[in-house]
Amino acid sequence: MSGEEFFGGVDIGASATKSVIINSQNQLIASDVRKTGVDFEACARESMDVVLASSNLTYQGLAQIFSTGYGRHNVGFAHDSRTEIACHSKAVFHFFPRRTTVVDVGGQDNKIIHIDASGRRENFKMNRKCAAGTGAFLEEVAQRIDIPLDQINSIARQATEVVHMGSYCTVFTKTEILAHLRAGKKIPDIVAGLIESVVKRILEMDPLSGEVVLSGGVVAHNPILAELMSRHLKRPVHILPNAQLAGAFGAALLASEEPED
Amino acid sequence: MGVREVNTDKKPVFKKIQATKQMKEIMEQHFREMDEAAKTKSRKVAWCTSVGPAEILRAAGFLVFFPENHGAMLGATRMATDLIPTANAIGYSPDICSYLTADIGSYIQGKSPISKAYPGIDGPPRPDILVFNTNQCRDVQDWFNYYGREWNVPVVGVQTHRGIGTITKAHIDSISEQFKALVPKLEEVSGKKLDYDEFKRVVGLSRDCTDLWQQVLQIASSRPSPLTFFDGTIQMGPAVVMRGEQRAVDFYKVLLAELKQRVEDGVAAVENEKYRLYWEGMPIWGKLRDLSDQFASLNTCVLASTYCSSWVFPALDPDDPFDSMARAYIELLIVRDEDYKERYFENEIDLYGIDGMIFHDAKTCPNNSNNRYGMPERLSKKRYMPTLVINGDLNDLRCYSEEQTRTNIEAFIEQLAEKKSE
Repeated sequence: MSGEEFFGGVDIGASATKSVIINSQNQLIASDVRKTGVDFEACARESMDVVLASSNLTYQGLAQIFSTGYGRHNVGFAHDSRTEIACHSKAVFHFFPRRTTVVDVGGQDNKIIHIDASGRRENFKMNRKCAAGTGAFLEEVAQRIDIPLDQINSIARQATEVVHMGSYCTVFTKTEILAHLRAGKKIPDIVAGLIESVVKRILEMDPLSGEVVLSGGVVAHNPILAELMSRHLKRPVHILPNAQLAGAFGAALLASEEPED
Repeated sequence: MGVREVNTDKKPVFKKIQATKQMKEIMEQHFREMDEAAKTKSRKVAWCTSVGPAEILRAAGFLVFFPENHGAMLGATRMATDLIPTANAIGYSPDICSYLTADIGSYIQGKSPISKAYPGIDGPPRPDILVFNTNQCRDVQDWFNYYGREWNVPVVGVQTHRGIGTITKAHIDSISEQFKALVPKLEEVSGKKLDYDEFKRVVGLSRDCTDLWQQVLQIASSRPSPLTFFDGTIQMGPAVVMRGEQRAVDFYKVLLAELKQRVEDGVAAVENEKYRLYWEGMPIWGKLRDLSDQFASLNTCVLASTYCSSWVFPALDPDDPFDSMARAYIELLIVRDEDYKERYFENEIDLYGIDGMIFHDAKTCPNNSNNRYGMPERLSKKRYMPTLVINGDLNDLRCYSEEQTRTNIEAFIEQLAEKKSE
């Protein structure tokens, strides 16, 4: 490893904390994903400790570490921070070095970012205050119908039809599900409807022009979301490799580009 | 390992505007005079909308109180969010104007920032009449009607046209006639005849005030700007509540001189000003300090706004008081159509050398939220202008997400930095 530099990225998201280490060739060396607790600093450190240990590195062995996500300002060991918008853009441009529209479906918010052919952001949008259409929506309603989060994707794949949800309010949707259950609708069809609801909330935010790349934890765990979105857009959409790590990976890429103090 | 402090954690230090002391003094005089008059019945008090026919009221012998100013004080002191639910509970929806709901909540609970700021004053003065102009919105009429019923006092007003492109003589005649129609009722309540010479004098003073206020705002076109939008929201007080009085004119002369000196000395309102932003829409009153700090820590000066410019009335003419007031109060951006607004924003972008625009989508103030009909998208396309929409509210902080807003702003400045590095 002599002569090689390593960079760290840590993404303290609303639901999960992700850490990565990359090398000078921008290759992913190690990664960790864990639930974000109430102590952002401790969670970030534990996560970074894990990736350092698995790659036989120490904090001193990393040239720079950048943080991102809601808890980005709470990471004492980070040299600097960037917003999730910057980091997801960077990660997507790394894999898709051309004009794209990035859709990051996160635990608590969605972001749509238009990137130009040189990787610069042209504009971005975040969902409004309401968490409809985000991972939080799926978490809430999955709990209502007793489905473990990690089974949403496989259950939705068993659907024979999609039960369309009318409301964009999470609470109203939970009530709506009761009506569908009373009407005898099947659970897989309802679950597919919930994912379609997420897709519809995203489509309300932006026309999603050009080539679309999905990133973030929700699509990483529920790739069926990409298929339903593709059906609505009538063209294929991409899922970023290691989509849940996009923020942390982008942060590490940005750390590798920034001159050290 | 060195830890670099994150930009937004730095607490910026702002240079004080010395004229603020004078502004605070005359604002206190204003509230104490009003309170004295209402308590002793020495003068009649009229409540008036902020862009209402205050000049006529003054000439008819009234002291004039502006409830919107009280609404803003409720927001700035963060009392509003606790008081709004009281109004919601008696049937005033959380979706309507949060000045209205905060003010009614304040009345019901008997809590006012005026009494905190000026010991000895209980709250807003009890009016003898309430006079509205719907050029701001329809809510002001319902707001005033609440108090009309509550205190059994007359409520009169002017219905202004909306979505106006070109202003025609018919528009002017309509508003001017409505102003004239107010006079008999005003005279009946005040017990005095409208003094036409006084009316002309007051309109002349209003014009002087507004001209000076416009110069204050436009001095922000200097590089670096000596003034921020956040300063403007504080310094605008006299232009709203003392328009038509000599002391407002005197104050703005002092303020303007100080700002001109700043320009001469190269004094920046935000140190190391790198980005120049425009704020469209209402202030988020309870978050002014936080937002001001965040922008400054990002070397960003929010220097111009539609909001502060709402009290610029170049049409006022003392030789033609009724018709010129009609024109002045219908020329406002808020009552104009989308094409007019788009041209207006383009002029502002050029005048102030704007790098990006922030549109505040205020949940309870649709008329002052100009992002709702595709304006940011049109300006982005036509002028390559970076735009950002922030969801929030003027007073109701239940509609505001602190973290989302901070991230949005930080990401927007990152985007501008990328653009500047091209």
